[in-house]
Amino acid sequence: MNWSDLTAPYAFEFFRNGVYVATMAGALCGLVGCYVVLRNMSYIGHGLSHAIFGGYAAAGLIGVNLFLGAGIWGVVTALAIGGIVRRRPIGSDAAIGVVTTASFALGIALVERYGSPGRSADALLFGNVLGVRPSDVWLVAGVSLVAVLFIVFAYRPLLFTTFDEDVARATGVRTTLIDTLLMIVLAATVLATMNVMGVTLIAATLVVPAVVARMVTDSFSKMLAIATVVGAISGFGGMNLSFHHDLPSGSTIVLVGTAFFVVAYLGGGRLRARAATVAHAH
Amino acid sequence: MRRRGAGSTTDVAGSALIEARRLTVAYGPEPVIVDVDLAIESRDLIGIVGPSGSGKSTLLKALLGDIRPRHGSVSRGNGVSVGFVPQVEKIDWNFPVTVAECVGMARAHGLRTPWISRSERMEIAAVLDRLGLHGLGERHIRDLSGGQQQRVFLARALFTGADVIFLDEPTSGLDVKTRHEVLHLLGDLNAEGVTIVLTTHDLNGIATHLPTIVCLNKTVIGAGSPDQILVPDILERTYGSPMQILEHGGMRVVVDAGPNASILPFERRMDETVSGL
Repeated sequence: MNWSDLTAPYAFEFFRNGVYVATMAGALCGLVGCYVVLRNMSYIGHGLSHAIFGGYAAAGLIGVNLFLGAGIWGVVTALAIGGIVRRRPIGSDAAIGVVTTASFALGIALVERYGSPGRSADALLFGNVLGVRPSDVWLVAGVSLVAVLFIVFAYRPLLFTTFDEDVARATGVRTTLIDTLLMIVLAATVLATMNVMGVTLIAATLVVPAVVARMVTDSFSKMLAIATVVGAISGFGGMNLSFHHDLPSGSTIVLVGTAFFVVAYLGGGRLRARAATVAHAH
Repeated sequence: MRRRGAGSTTDVAGSALIEARRLTVAYGPEPVIVDVDLAIESRDLIGIVGPSGSGKSTLLKALLGDIRPRHGSVSRGNGVSVGFVPQVEKIDWNFPVTVAECVGMARAHGLRTPWISRSERMEIAAVLDRLGLHGLGERHIRDLSGGQQQRVFLARALFTGADVIFLDEPTSGLDVKTRHEVLHLLGDLNAEGVTIVLTTHDLNGIATHLPTIVCLNKTVIGAGSPDQILVPDILERTYGSPMQILEHGGMRVVVDAGPNASILPFERRMDETVSGL
C-alpha cells in the first residue's frame, strides 16, 4: 500500500468528516474518561448512552428536537445517578444499573411501538461514522471545547473532589457543583459521541484510554494527557483502518484502543504491577 | 482552649478561632453529640478522645463546618481557614497522584491555573522540606513509608495556609516509631504557631502527650490538661469502664481496671495442638 492509497479516502467529504469526528471524539472521551474511571464509574458511559437512547425515542414521540430532547434526558439521568451516589444508600454501579436500563427499556418500547423518530435505531445502537454530517463535526468540536474549558478552569477542585471528596467538601470546595458540572459534561460527551460510536461501544472509548494511561503513569496530569492522545490515535487510526479493511468503524476504533491496552499490559513487570492495582481498585 | 461552662457568661467569641455552642448533631432521630461547648483558640493543640461511637469524628466534621447542627452553633472567626487530614485508611492509594500533585490540589479556591506555577512549586518544596519530605515531590503517594504518607496530607493542609488543622485519627495503623515521629512533628508545628485539633482512640500513645485533652462521649465529659483529665472518674464516665492511672517517667499511663481487665492472658489449652509448633 503506497501513500496515495492511504490518502485516497480523504477525497471523500464523508470520510474527512468521519476522521475529524472520530479523532476529536476519541480525545474527548479519553480526557473525560479519566474522571469516570477514577470515580469507579466505568459503566456510566455505557449506561448513559442507553439512557440517552430512551430520551431520543421519547423526544421523537413528543415531537421536540431530537438532539435537545435526548440531551436534556441524558443530563437529567446523569444528575439522577450523581444524586443517588452522593446520598450513598446504594453504590454507583447499582445506581447506574437501575436508572439507565429503565431508560433504555423505555426507549426500546417506544421505538417498537411508534417507530424510530429520525435516524435508524441501528445507527444509534451501533454507530455510523460514515454517516457523519458537518453539523456532527461542529457538535463534537463544541462539546470538546466546553469539556476542555471546564477541566482547565476547574482542574484543582475537580481533582480534589475526585480524589478525596470528603476532605474537599470539609475544606470548602463546592463538591456538589463540581459533581453536577462533571455529570453535565459527561452527558454532553456521550450525546455528541454516540452517533459515531454507537450506544453499545461508547463505554470502551471512555474507559480504555484512561485505563491504558493509568497503567503507564502514576501522575494525574500525565494520565489526562496520555488518555487524550491514546483516544485521539484510536479514533484516527480506527477510522483509517476501517476504510482500508472494510471493517465497521466503531468496532475498529475500540479494537485499536484495545491494542494499546494489550501493549501496555505486556509492556513489562512494572506496568503489569500497575495493571493489577487498577484491576484491584475497580 | 476553653470549655464554656453552663453558667459561663463571658463572651469568648472574640478570641476563639472556632467555637461550638450547645452543639447537637444527629444523622437520624438519635443525636450523635449533644450540647457540646468547645472553643478552639490560636496555638491550641487539642486531642479529642473517647470510645468508638462517642462522636469524635462527628464533632470534628461539625467543627469543620461540614455538618449542619440540629441545635446550637459552630462559629468561625472572620477569615479563619481550616485544613483537614483524613485517616490514612480512607485514602485511595491507587489513585494516580504524585506527592506534589496531592499537595497542590488543595489550593482549589478561585480561578487558578491547572498546572502548579513556579512560585507554588517553590512553596510546595518548602512545605515538603519542613515536613522532612525533601525530594519526594515526584514520587507516587503509595511509594512512601506510613509516616511519610501521613505527612503528605499534613503538607497539603499546611500548603493551603490553614489556620486550624484537624486530623482524624492521625496515628491509626502506624507502628510505634512512626507514631512517635508524627507526634513530634505535630508538637513542632504547634510550637511554630499552628493550631491543631485531632481525634484519637490512643490514650497512652497520643493523648497523654498532648497539652489539652477533651473527653467525649456524646457530650464533653471533661476538658483540660492531662493532669486534670486523666483521672479515674472522668475516664470511667467517658469509657463506661473503670480505669486506673499509673505514673511512669513523669507521665500518666491509663490501664484498664474493670472486671474485663482480667480476661488476658488466655491460657493455652494443653489438650490442643497448635499447628506449626
